[in-house]
Amino acid sequence: MIWNEEFETLPREQLEILQIKRLKDLVERVYYRVKPYREKMDAAGIKPEHIKSLADLQKLPFTTKDFLRDNYPFGLFTLPLDQVVRVHASSGTTGKPTVVGYTKRDIETWAEVMARALACGSVQRGDVVHNAYGYGLFTGGLGAHYGAERLGATVIPISGGQTKRQIMIMQDFGSTVLLSTPSYALNIAETMADMGVDASRLSLRVGIFGAEPWSENMREEVEKKLGLKAIDIYGLSEIIGPGVSMECIEAQHGMHIFEDHFMPEIIDPDTGEVLPMGEKGELVFTTLTKQAFPLIRYRTKDITRLIAEPCVCGRTFVRMEKITGRTDDMLIIRGVNVFPTQVEHVLMGIEGVEPHYLIIVNREGSMDTMEVQVEVSEQLFSDEVKNLEKLSKRIQTEIKDLIGSTCKITLVEPKTIQRSEGKAKRVIDNRNI
Amino acid sequence: MKVDQIAVFLENKSGRLAAITKALSDNNINIRALSVADTADFGILRLIVDDTEKATRVLKEEGFTVGKGVVIAVEVADRPGGLSRVLAVLHEAEINVEYMYAFVEKSGENAVLIFRFDDPDMAITILLNAGIKILTGEEVRSI
Ligand SMILES: [Zn+2]
Repeated sequence: MIWNEEFETLPREQLEILQIKRLKDLVERVYYRVKPYREKMDAAGIKPEHIKSLADLQKLPFTTKDFLRDNYPFGLFTLPLDQVVRVHASSGTTGKPTVVGYTKRDIETWAEVMARALACGSVQRGDVVHNAYGYGLFTGGLGAHYGAERLGATVIPISGGQTKRQIMIMQDFGSTVLLSTPSYALNIAETMADMGVDASRLSLRVGIFGAEPWSENMREEVEKKLGLKAIDIYGLSEIIGPGVSMECIEAQHGMHIFEDHFMPEIIDPDTGEVLPMGEKGELVFTTLTKQAFPLIRYRTKDITRLIAEPCVCGRTFVRMEKITGRTDDMLIIRGVNVFPTQVEHVLMGIEGVEPHYLIIVNREGSMDTMEVQVEVSEQLFSDEVKNLEKLSKRIQTEIKDLIGSTCKITLVEPKTIQRSEGKAKRVIDNRNI
Repeated sequence: MKVDQIAVFLENKSGRLAAITKALSDNNINIRALSVADTADFGILRLIVDDTEKATRVLKEEGFTVGKGVVIAVEVADRPGGLSRVLAVLHEAEINVEYMYAFVEKSGENAVLIFRFDDPDMAITILLNAGIKILTGEEVRSI
């Protein structure tokens, strides 16, 4: 079902007229109300009146996470706090968090795009939505919550953690939709198996998974283990939270970006140059309608490509492919670019390999080494040494074929790799320490 | 003629073997025979115990990866030449041995050789025809 037929199926020419109108308004608001933005634009020699067409967007300077941090906490808000009804913050791995603010209308916008997103995943009134995204400063929980309520679904605001209790509630309340990170969904599946709960006897129908990159093979794994259709959702707190783009259940290929609110570009992460449609690069967003905390050309660090071809579902918004990785997760090992999702793809492609892995990167002398820890499941285990050696050799060869770099495979005992209750930790890079 | 054996995956870190033997003894399970195959990266522990089902359950609950399989137990006199005669018979018949280990019975008169074969049924036929004594699971467990 399409939640907002009028906007989601808008012909491209009409969409562009709407976008340019909103873009001009955005640039004015930001320029005249926010000093750091004004200084940045002045330094680049750009005035609001220079923005006449969508192509002029490229003239505007990028916004980065560092810029947000420099203006911590509220320095980039365009409105005084008495008009801001909510703040969220993303956990920074180092230093201060990134703070975002919402006006009453921003909260409405968010609920709208999130309702659209859930509808993309076939969620509707009558569904019981098990919302295992964290509630709190993180945008996941509340963002999904408001969207599901807007849609008229029944929300269980369970948040993350206490997995056994979650499973009991799923059984007793008849949850039909699971919202969580993909790694937490696997944790749930594994806990179910330990508890002797048969996933196929639950009412779960659809899982809407996001907030971390995951591979196609991981999708198959989750679908098989939980007996549901796994749909990808994308969002980040700086842009609004979850609901920036969403895969439709009809195609299960690429996430429709709600372009009347969020305008995407793909750039070369090294040069900042805008890449032609369909090429892979860093995703950049401009928020067209947000009031309290709008962003111009925000660099997400996520790597993907856009799909312009029309979609079977009827939506006219462009799609973005599954996130391949992040510019800051990308490991450069002996000069080769490696994304954890590539390793994941190989592992998930081997029958019996558990979807839990850890990549450890070290530097020995001037040489980078990569170790991949893989858990030995019962299915993989053999009482003969040669069979296990064959297995680790096979994983090593397939990873080498894909990324061109040799890594050491370490087989570890089951459940020794830490399980995720939110975002999974996939990499330990000891080179920076 | 076949004896149940359990195999356990061992990560290469200290204390794992001790954790297994403790879990078994805490549950009153007796180990009849044991061998560890070690590589630079991991180990495989092979065990014959008096209660295979219970041992499997206990070790799985402790979080170990456990596999079950069958081995053949051969009894020979504990004196020079006991093992080589058995191996000669197998070699003659082109029976491939995946691995083997041995222990000496309490009496000290006999040794028990535990063999893992690709084709255990063929191996049993060959050994019996050569007049070699094969122990039953019951016999091994009661040693
Ligand atoms: Zn679609």
